Amino acid sequence: MQKQAIFQSRLLPFALVAPQLAIVLIFFYWPALQAVIQSFLLQDAFGLSTSFVWFDNYVELFGEPAYFEAIVRTFFFSFAIAVSSLSLALLLAVMADRPMRGGTLYRTLLIWPYAVAPPVVGVLWIFMLHPSLGVLSRYLRDMGVDWNPLLNGNQAATLVILAAAWKQVSYNFLFFLAGLQAIPRSVMEAAAIDGARPMRRFWTVTFPLLSPTIFFLLVINIVYAFFDTFGIIDTMTRGGPGTSTVTLVYKVYTEGLLGGNLGSSAAQSVILMVLVIVLTAIQFRFVERKVTY
Amino acid sequence: MVEQEGIRRYVAHIILWIGIAIVAFPVYIAIVASTQDNALIANGQMSLLPGGHFLEVYYQTIVVGTSGTTREPVGNMMLNSLIMAMLIAVGKIAISIISAYAIVYFRFPFRMAIFWIVFITLMLPVEVRIYPTYKIVADLHMLDSFAGLSLPLIASATATLLFRQFFMTVPDELLEASRIDGAGPLRFFWDTLLPLSRTNMAALFVILFILGWNQYLWPLLITTRDDMQTIQVGIRKMMTTNDALTEWPIVMATAVLAMLPPVFVVVAMQKLFVRGLVETEK
Amino acid sequence: MANVTLRNVRKTYPGGFEAIKGVDVDVGDGQFCVLVGPSGCGKSTLLRMVAGLETISGGEIDIGGRVVNQVEPAERDIAMVFQNYALYPHMSVYNNMAYGLRNRGMAEAEIKTRVEEAARVLELAPMLERKPRQLSGGQRQRVAMGRAIVRQPKVFLFDEPLSNLDAKLRIAMRVEIRKLQRRLNTTSIYVTHDQLEAMTLADILVVMNGGQVEQIGNPLAIYEKPATTFVASFIGAPPMNLMSTRPDEVKTQLGSNGRAAEAGILGIRPEDFVITDQTPAGGVALALTVEAIERVGAETFVYGSRQQDEQQVAATPGELPPGEVIVRIPGAEAPAIGQKIRVAAVREKLHLFSADGRKRIEA
Repeated sequence: MQKQAIFQSRLLPFALVAPQLAIVLIFFYWPALQAVIQSFLLQDAFGLSTSFVWFDNYVELFGEPAYFEAIVRTFFFSFAIAVSSLSLALLLAVMADRPMRGGTLYRTLLIWPYAVAPPVVGVLWIFMLHPSLGVLSRYLRDMGVDWNPLLNGNQAATLVILAAAWKQVSYNFLFFLAGLQAIPRSVMEAAAIDGARPMRRFWTVTFPLLSPTIFFLLVINIVYAFFDTFGIIDTMTRGGPGTSTVTLVYKVYTEGLLGGNLGSSAAQSVILMVLVIVLTAIQFRFVERKVTY
Repeated sequence: MVEQEGIRRYVAHIILWIGIAIVAFPVYIAIVASTQDNALIANGQMSLLPGGHFLEVYYQTIVVGTSGTTREPVGNMMLNSLIMAMLIAVGKIAISIISAYAIVYFRFPFRMAIFWIVFITLMLPVEVRIYPTYKIVADLHMLDSFAGLSLPLIASATATLLFRQFFMTVPDELLEASRIDGAGPLRFFWDTLLPLSRTNMAALFVILFILGWNQYLWPLLITTRDDMQTIQVGIRKMMTTNDALTEWPIVMATAVLAMLPPVFVVVAMQKLFVRGLVETEK
Repeated sequence: MANVTLRNVRKTYPGGFEAIKGVDVDVGDGQFCVLVGPSGCGKSTLLRMVAGLETISGGEIDIGGRVVNQVEPAERDIAMVFQNYALYPHMSVYNNMAYGLRNRGMAEAEIKTRVEEAARVLELAPMLERKPRQLSGGQRQRVAMGRAIVRQPKVFLFDEPLSNLDAKLRIAMRVEIRKLQRRLNTTSIYVTHDQLEAMTLADILVVMNGGQVEQIGNPLAIYEKPATTFVASFIGAPPMNLMSTRPDEVKTQLGSNGRAAEAGILGIRPEDFVITDQTPAGGVALALTVEAIERVGAETFVYGSRQQDEQQVAATPGELPPGEVIVRIPGAEAPAIGQKIRVAAVREKLHLFSADGRKRIEA
């Protein structure tokens, strides 16, 4: 797509794109390139000499059980967060989509958690479910649950998933609501006349028509879980206990902080980049095929 | 529909209120905790009703900070966060709108190449290239500076794409009319395109401000001085590894203060927010 | 097979707005009833109330001898064709038609027979596997019809089903719908704002305005004896000329005897005028200056202005500016613009209404 009416100028357009181009090249392409190059290099322990080692860093990384675990864990977290927040958001959106009084009030009261920063989410949830002082932990203990996410890895993982899903509900709710409102009312009415009860109507008409939205949100949620869980994990569990809440991004961060193997750290960054590019590409391909009413 | 009357409607209202309660509960607890005495909280004896220490806790939080080692007033952290968020939002909008203008309204060599160079950045958040970026910022002596905090986060294409898309919908006749009226490219941009883009800019600003305010990993990495801390980083540093020493009322007050500006923006500018969110994700 | 009876049906929205202000209609078994009126007159709301898509605030709706006020749409044994067709975008044409049957637990074999029969009648057989987006507007319209037919309901409801089609297709489909309805002999209620569609389709025509029924009856009877000035100007195109009877030229011609004296408004259809210098006994003659001419081939419309007007009546949806009169003459022969002419109409062709336009007066 191109504009037909344009201006003629030789230098002006370059001047206009220059600031963005400069920033993108310096702070995006240069570091990304560095990461790619670095991932093929091996530096000795004193940082004195480097040698080109092809895919050694990658091979070594995938041979490392901890890395493999982190990949599996990251994907597990992502799916768990996506599925739980998507289902709750869908339920709420379907309820709020009915034409009823207070519709906008409900929306306002449900969307604001989007604005809460991940580290704050972490703080809120660990405080609520802290083993010794959390207000909810008391009830859990009363119910006979041996609740201690600071020592129990599965509980820590559950906590991370809950907190991240909590934050993501608002975003999903908003998009589901928009998706539901894009379905013409008459289609739902036709289904009602066609004898479909509300539940059947939901599964045979609403759900299929929402599927592009669901897919789009699934990808967005997974990407979100990849990156934004960092803040939650860092304030809540710091990857612990042990490594039970270490995700790929968290691993890049902590290992880089220790200043260890540069090549390995770079290889991890490159793998993350590839994952995100793949996810984004899938999304772009799919989003084009929209439902037409 | 006839069937929607009656009990079904009440069920919907009840489910929505349960949802709202789930969403609001953690924040309610934080607000309550920020008004109570630390000793009570640390003993696990926290009340579920607000306490009487509201003023003193918030005063200490904003003006003094914790009594621990990182003694930085949260007021200062908020100022840092505000400056960073504003720089990111304004900076990104400014450089994006002019580059989108060039890409849409001019023909020049490498035009499509430049478009693609910018477009690709859409895919990768700063987290995946965090250390190489850190190294460059360090080499440029930008650690502990607002330039270092904001510039790498400006390097992304969302805003450029949004403006490009919007400019494509502006009718050609507008440009032709201004040209007949004797306006050059800069005049057309300033007098016609900018005013038309106002709503888009505002919607984008709302989103970018929230994203900027909520940045965490990047500021955590490149700020070393206490007086350059943003509030998100500050709150993490208040949570000492030894839980007994954490001053919970202050941590919770900080959490509340950290939520306040972005939540206010979302609620007060809901229309712009929704619009911005939907459009930046297209 | 059912008749539909509306008894004093009312609809009031929560905000207090009265959309339907008490409507009584009786549609006999197998009849084709058309609700016609300008947008916002409540005709669609009324149809949706019959369908069960809107609640009923007052009165009774009776389908086939059963009051259905509290009955869900699915249980009313009706089928509806929507203005935008409301096809399920994710289902094939076949499944669009089969959906309502499946929901009722019909056997697949029976469904197949019915869908294929409907597809044959509507010439949709080659596209049963397509999705709605792969169809043209006319084809979508036929799928929507098919979805209604396969159900073999007691009543068909049509909500402006042709308004999204282009003019040519609209006429073709209009004929199709009428033929189909005659063959199936299913009671039908049809909503439209197009008076031509209403005239050609209806067994019973219901003219609505402002949430009320203005007139019910056989279309031709309504055309010949409109009950109010609203009906007079809404049914028939170009609309009936309405003018105040107060100016002396009219009054003297009508005479002061009998009920004509009560009349405040005189109506004459454009086609009932003839250009002549004579004044027929008991009829009306007007002196006009020709302002504009529209030639459409078989007929010509002459727009003239009356010279000596003090007061004019503006009909509710009146398309005529005050003082302007339309005359329809056959053929393409017409007076020149600016020419002064005299037109006249015979006594039998005059319509007289009370001054508020709400009552027809038989002279």
